[in-house]
Amino acid sequence: MRRFFLIAVPYMWLLALFMVPFIIVFKISLSDTALAIPPYTPTLDFAAGWQGFKSFLSELDWENYVFLTEDDLYWKAYISSFKIALTSTILTLLVGYPIAYGMARAPHEWRATLLMLVILPFWTSFLIRVYSWMGILSQEGYLNQFLMSFGLISEPLIILNTNIAVYIGIVYTYLPFMILPIYSALEKMDESLLEAAEDLGCSRFTAFWLVTIPLSKQGIIAGSFLVFIPALGEFVIPSLLGGSKTLMIGKVLWEEFFSNRDWPVASAVAVILLLILVIPIILFQRNEQKQREAEG
Amino acid sequence: MKNTFLTLTMTAALTAMAASAEEVRVYNWSDYIDEDLLSKFEEETGIKLIYDVFDSNEVLETKMLAGGSGYDVVVPSGTFLQRQITAGAFQKLDLAQLSNHGNMWDVIEARTEQYDPENAYSINYMWGTTGLGVNTGKVAEALGDDAPIGSLELVFNPANMEKLANCGVHFLDAPAEMIPAALAYLGEDPNSHDKEVIAKAEAVLTAIRPYVLKFHSSEYINALANGDICVAFGWSGDILQARDRAWEAENGVEIAYNAPSEGALMWFDQMAIPADAPNPKAAHIFLNYIMDADNAAAASNYVYYANGNKASQPMLVEDVIGDPAIYPDEKTLENLYTTTPYDTKIQRVVTRLWTKIKSGT
Repeated sequence: MRRFFLIAVPYMWLLALFMVPFIIVFKISLSDTALAIPPYTPTLDFAAGWQGFKSFLSELDWENYVFLTEDDLYWKAYISSFKIALTSTILTLLVGYPIAYGMARAPHEWRATLLMLVILPFWTSFLIRVYSWMGILSQEGYLNQFLMSFGLISEPLIILNTNIAVYIGIVYTYLPFMILPIYSALEKMDESLLEAAEDLGCSRFTAFWLVTIPLSKQGIIAGSFLVFIPALGEFVIPSLLGGSKTLMIGKVLWEEFFSNRDWPVASAVAVILLLILVIPIILFQRNEQKQREAEG
Repeated sequence: MKNTFLTLTMTAALTAMAASAEEVRVYNWSDYIDEDLLSKFEEETGIKLIYDVFDSNEVLETKMLAGGSGYDVVVPSGTFLQRQITAGAFQKLDLAQLSNHGNMWDVIEARTEQYDPENAYSINYMWGTTGLGVNTGKVAEALGDDAPIGSLELVFNPANMEKLANCGVHFLDAPAEMIPAALAYLGEDPNSHDKEVIAKAEAVLTAIRPYVLKFHSSEYINALANGDICVAFGWSGDILQARDRAWEAENGVEIAYNAPSEGALMWFDQMAIPADAPNPKAAHIFLNYIMDADNAAAASNYVYYANGNKASQPMLVEDVIGDPAIYPDEKTLENLYTTTPYDTKIQRVVTRLWTKIKSGT
């Protein structure tokens, strides 16, 4: 009984914060637009009872999903978001891993301070931090002023309003989410394993490659998911730092919702985005589980 | 006796509390009011004013159509107002509560009637045109002294845009204003709702797309004022505000606004009260406050937009009432066009076209 309650808590959480919103969005994705409040039809009328519910169901259809396949904008936006999210995840890993490694190898008494420093940026608003990047990256911005004053460049670099600025923004914003899981994996590592590897003839580099990396695998995976998933649906960073050419599904969703007032199509786009995210994660976890079972 | 006194004091105290707890929530465009007017409203009426801002009609419309926005006064533009009235988003104004209603200008009311029949749901706050803001120095540098700064040639002729690209061009991120402009350039009906005609705008905009730095509806004010960009296709008053900011900063940036000679869009921002406004009474008090001649004049003198308030005109400074870019003369007025709202199907065509132009997809 106690066990049941223990499991029930996270499941209730999942139900209230994930399943219920998802069902609402899914329901809207099957309806049609209307000039009304709210701007779609049919809406569920609880007073009409069972009959009302049945006629409500009969008015739902898959039209909006069919529509998404008819215009290449949508899959292009999905693919482009996927590329941007994947590239920035790899970049974040490349930047984050050495930081996490350095932290885990730092003297014990420094670690708490270093950890604090990683979390510190969260104390200012995310929006303000992204805005300040606009000040740094713009044509008259600090970066260009700095580079030009040292004569490193003669013409200002155009970074703001390009995909490069989006990568910078995502890597900067999500870096702590990459560092923390890797750090916690590396910190637990037994350093005598490295000594053993070197004793057995490994160079320092091969020891790192064959021992440290595999032992921090869980951290790398967790960190990559934590960066990749929000980056895929990111809206704020591409709309502030990216140019009009930056095509991301978050922006397409915005246009459907705000410019077209087409909540049903916007919901269909969101449902597909969710499926794209959830299915690979489930497959991945299955695979992991199988591997663990095979090892055990 | 003592008891009565106590009761009286308590009642008075309670009423005072109720009055101070009363609030009105206003949702208006960004950079669109003299902030002194807001604190003066609180002082005069004792109503707490909560003032939020937006920079696109689309954001406002989504809030209106979702319902329960919590705002008492909102400021949609004409075409958006018309659609939202149809959706049942607004309540009719109670003229008995609007003693200053007689101040309104019949010329403007006649024009806003096409969006709001009999002006039953809204009052005009500001109106203006959409046109060309230029940094005169930089544009002359790029195109010479005879640059067509008063013509759509400036931004829709690729030869000109190619030269302007280096100093930076911003366009409004508002398809409902930019596509009509492209149609006006082609000599088509800017208010066309015909798919085939709207499609003609694509070629014009695609040809100059590579030279547009950004599509955004509020950043250009600062960008123009700082000299970061040399041309902005934007709203008249915003560009004049940029001119003023540059002048105050004494940074040597000179800005001019022109309504394009091929025709310019004339738009109206209307104050209206949502159907589900929590405090419609305070909303009426706010509207009445804005319709006061002195207040309307103060607002226009600050934001450089023309208002729909006839009685405010004697109080307007020469910079505003005497500037044909703000209060156009008869001849310019003839050159202005208005648009009507797109239906859902055509809206989708327009948005899709706009995405295609912006992102190349």
